[in-house]
Amino acid sequence: MSPGLRSALPVVLFLIAGFAAPLIAVIWFSFMPARTFSFGGTPTLENYTTIIESSNYISFLWSLGLGAVTVTLLALICYPIAYGLVRIFGKWSTLITLLFTIPLFVSENIRLYGWVLFLIKNGVLLGTIKSVFGVEPESILFTLPAIVLGMVYVYFPFMLFPMTLGISMVPQDTRDAAMDLGASRWQVFREVELPLSMPGILIGCLLTFVLAVGAIAEAKVLGGQQIIPITHDIEIAFTYAQNWPLGAALSVLLMAVVGTLVLIVLRRFNLDQLLGRR
Amino acid sequence: MTAASPILSLQAVQKMFGPHAAVDSIDLDIAEGEFFTIVGPSGSGKTTLLRMLAGMDQPTSGNILLRGQYINNLPANKRPTCMVFQSLALFPHRTVGQNIEFPLKIRGEDPAKRKARALQLMDLLRLPQNYYSKNVMKCSGGERQRVALARALAYDPQILFFDEPLSAIDYKLRKTLEKELKDIHRETKKTFVYITHSLEEAMVMSDRIGVMRAGKLVQVGTPHEIYSSPNTRFVSEFVGDVNVIPVSLGSKNLLKSGLAPKGLKPPRVPEGFENGHLVIRPEYLRFLAKAGDADNALTGRLYNEYALGSRIQYQVRVGDTVFVVEKLRQQPFTGKLDDDVIIGWDAKDAILVTD
Repeated sequence: MSPGLRSALPVVLFLIAGFAAPLIAVIWFSFMPARTFSFGGTPTLENYTTIIESSNYISFLWSLGLGAVTVTLLALICYPIAYGLVRIFGKWSTLITLLFTIPLFVSENIRLYGWVLFLIKNGVLLGTIKSVFGVEPESILFTLPAIVLGMVYVYFPFMLFPMTLGISMVPQDTRDAAMDLGASRWQVFREVELPLSMPGILIGCLLTFVLAVGAIAEAKVLGGQQIIPITHDIEIAFTYAQNWPLGAALSVLLMAVVGTLVLIVLRRFNLDQLLGRR
Repeated sequence: MTAASPILSLQAVQKMFGPHAAVDSIDLDIAEGEFFTIVGPSGSGKTTLLRMLAGMDQPTSGNILLRGQYINNLPANKRPTCMVFQSLALFPHRTVGQNIEFPLKIRGEDPAKRKARALQLMDLLRLPQNYYSKNVMKCSGGERQRVALARALAYDPQILFFDEPLSAIDYKLRKTLEKELKDIHRETKKTFVYITHSLEEAMVMSDRIGVMRAGKLVQVGTPHEIYSSPNTRFVSEFVGDVNVIPVSLGSKNLLKSGLAPKGLKPPRVPEGFENGHLVIRPEYLRFLAKAGDADNALTGRLYNEYALGSRIQYQVRVGDTVFVVEKLRQQPFTGKLDDDVIIGWDAKDAILVTD
């Protein structure tokens, strides 16, 4: 055994036990007969056939769609803030970063219930508007916008921080040089800052997309189960329906779809090439 | 050397950082087509000065005039000047060609024209034509240097600024690039303003040199003037190894020094000189057979010798003071280490400086 392999052994064993084994178990289970609870059955494709014949694709589309909308909104919201943190806010950056980080110490579910209290009829927002202005608008709680709001809120730091890192990696000299060569502020942004901060943007987008597609609490708590994302279907299969093989097959499909999308994006935007290392 | 109408004029230019003057009231005229180098140690304010000239910083007070036009507040992208950065600041996500074409693309020139100009510049800078589509980060240090210069030239600036672009390059390549840069200057006939901490580098390339210290220009002159008549000890020591003897003006027009009880014969004494230093370059010091063979002589001990390529340098200790003497390799000194030796120089070959 080479010294390198020997040194890597603990990590390899840990990854086999903690990462590969559960994954293989889920994949294997997805080929077991429906409603069985053992690894010993005859492998079958019936779970996948069931999914294709059912309406699960709607949940898939909701999850992917919500993920795409969340990522798009986050990209638009976070870029200016990240830019400000790196280039404009100066000494206030640390404080602002801290304010964005502190909510992460509180459980996601508790924060979502906070939003419920804020948005609910006669709650913090509408109750205040009612007592001050005497009007009572419709609550957005338990609607699609509330779900999107919740997801944007929860995954905000996961977009902001990679973007901040990406923008801070743009060398000041390249900005100065572009300007010195006649570029306007907008041209400096388009020709230099945006492409050079692309790795950070891309990592932020991939991270939040993967997280958002796997989201479940937002639709449950803020969406009032108006919309059923795929994660909810998976949960139902494993719990109420007691159909583990079906749940496993749905999970495998979700991983395959998300994995393919991520690979396509990574192939389209080669990170090394963006960084000029290729 | 200064032309009737300079391309760039600095009038009492000052830059304050808090109470500290990074650039302290500099007056300077730079002539059209000149290769002007500003030399100074790190922290002398030369980069701050250059950034103001390029439009990346504004002076706190004073005027910067480009062909008589006041440009203090004109931003860098509106100035007909261009800078080659110390880091080169190449765009890592672009090819060599795209880097060079950048200013032309910004100006909205059509792609065919852009490419023709880029290839022409690559030719001028001896970059192979097939580098056009090469990733710029895959180029070597010297090649990147040329790309940065080509990109600046593509802007077609009236003045090119250089912020120590050669400082990160190894000695041998630097020597080559210094000469190349001077050739490019000749070829393009543009005004070059270069900053460096190496006076040796400045000597090779410049028409005129300005020496900066603590935000002030202490001396401006041709390389020959800076070398042969430095006006301060600071400037004299900047050029390389020198022998410096603290002296004061004594009676009978002789210089008093702890090393020579009888006094030293001075060169031309500046008006009002009282205290200062006598500077003697190593090549003007020579080994003497007897003390009378030169205007001034000192007795010391040969301590060591160093081969410097075409020359040999000898270290001679007179008491606790170290002197360096240089001779051509073809005519080495034949003395042995620890021998007592007499070294001397003629009065006219030394320089008297204050400070």
